[in-house]
Amino acid sequence: MQTDHSTTSHGHEGFPWKHVIGFILSLILTVAALWIVVSLSLSVTLTITFILILAIFQVLVQLLFFMHITEHEGAYQIIAIFFGIFLAAVFVYGSIWIIY
Amino acid sequence: MSQSNSLNQHTPLEYSTEDGRLKIFGFWVFLGAEIILFSCLFASYMVYLHRTAGGPTPDDLYDVKEFMIETFLLLTSSFTCGLGTHELRRQNKMGVIIWFIITLILGLGFVGMEIHEFVDYVGEGAKLTTSAFLTSFFTLVGTHGCHVSLGILWIIGILIQTARTGINAVTARKLFIVGLYWHFLDVVWVFIFTVVYLTGMVL
Repeated sequence: MQTDHSTTSHGHEGFPWKHVIGFILSLILTVAALWIVVSLSLSVTLTITFILILAIFQVLVQLLFFMHITEHEGAYQIIAIFFGIFLAAVFVYGSIWIIY
Repeated sequence: MSQSNSLNQHTPLEYSTEDGRLKIFGFWVFLGAEIILFSCLFASYMVYLHRTAGGPTPDDLYDVKEFMIETFLLLTSSFTCGLGTHELRRQNKMGVIIWFIITLILGLGFVGMEIHEFVDYVGEGAKLTTSAFLTSFFTLVGTHGCHVSLGILWIIGILIQTARTGINAVTARKLFIVGLYWHFLDVVWVFIFTVVYLTGMVL
């Protein structure tokens, strides 16, 4: 089962644009979140909603640009991750709903 | 399942064997379980957020400059780790080692900042046992810090193996998986940054 080493790198040559764009996006999202909290005087609910939306985009950047989540045939890992996210949402939202 | 003869030339080395493919998928399942672990810690943090028992509140403790530096260190390390994976796909051993060593240095900087932050908090009288808020804070952020520390040791081990045996199906799979782990820690930090630090400033 020896793969030809000279050809496996095909399609991964050159400048890593995907990573650089992902990095720039993640920096913009981080600074934007801080800016919303420090400079905009929105209501607490609105501020938290906005920074949570930015966090979700930040996670998508990591998953798509850095972790190659859609990679490989079938990509069953997407199901595993989204099941994890679903349970996480149930635990977090459920706890908050019970307490507050 | 596709066998070696049906694998085309675009298949990266880490997916070139059945063993590699299954182990990578297994690691994604592990990350799914990690999401659940951290979600429970986040849930308890949010439940106990206001239970400060007369001790320090989030507003008293969190320092914008410190947590922003921590965030940028970890974001940049996630980027350099991604460049390491990029070099892995180009089969450039030196490139892999250099980018992963830069990742290690940034990771060590992050852990150092976090230890410094925790020591500061304890000096200000914010100990693990001071209040339910601080118990959940230290457990959540500390669990993430432990993961980063473990990741640093793990990367060192894999780099030694890569330096000795070169890039092959086994080391490619290990480097790819440790890269996934490192990016995942950045994902968790994004939520700590948002839910713990930024939210602590507005509430």
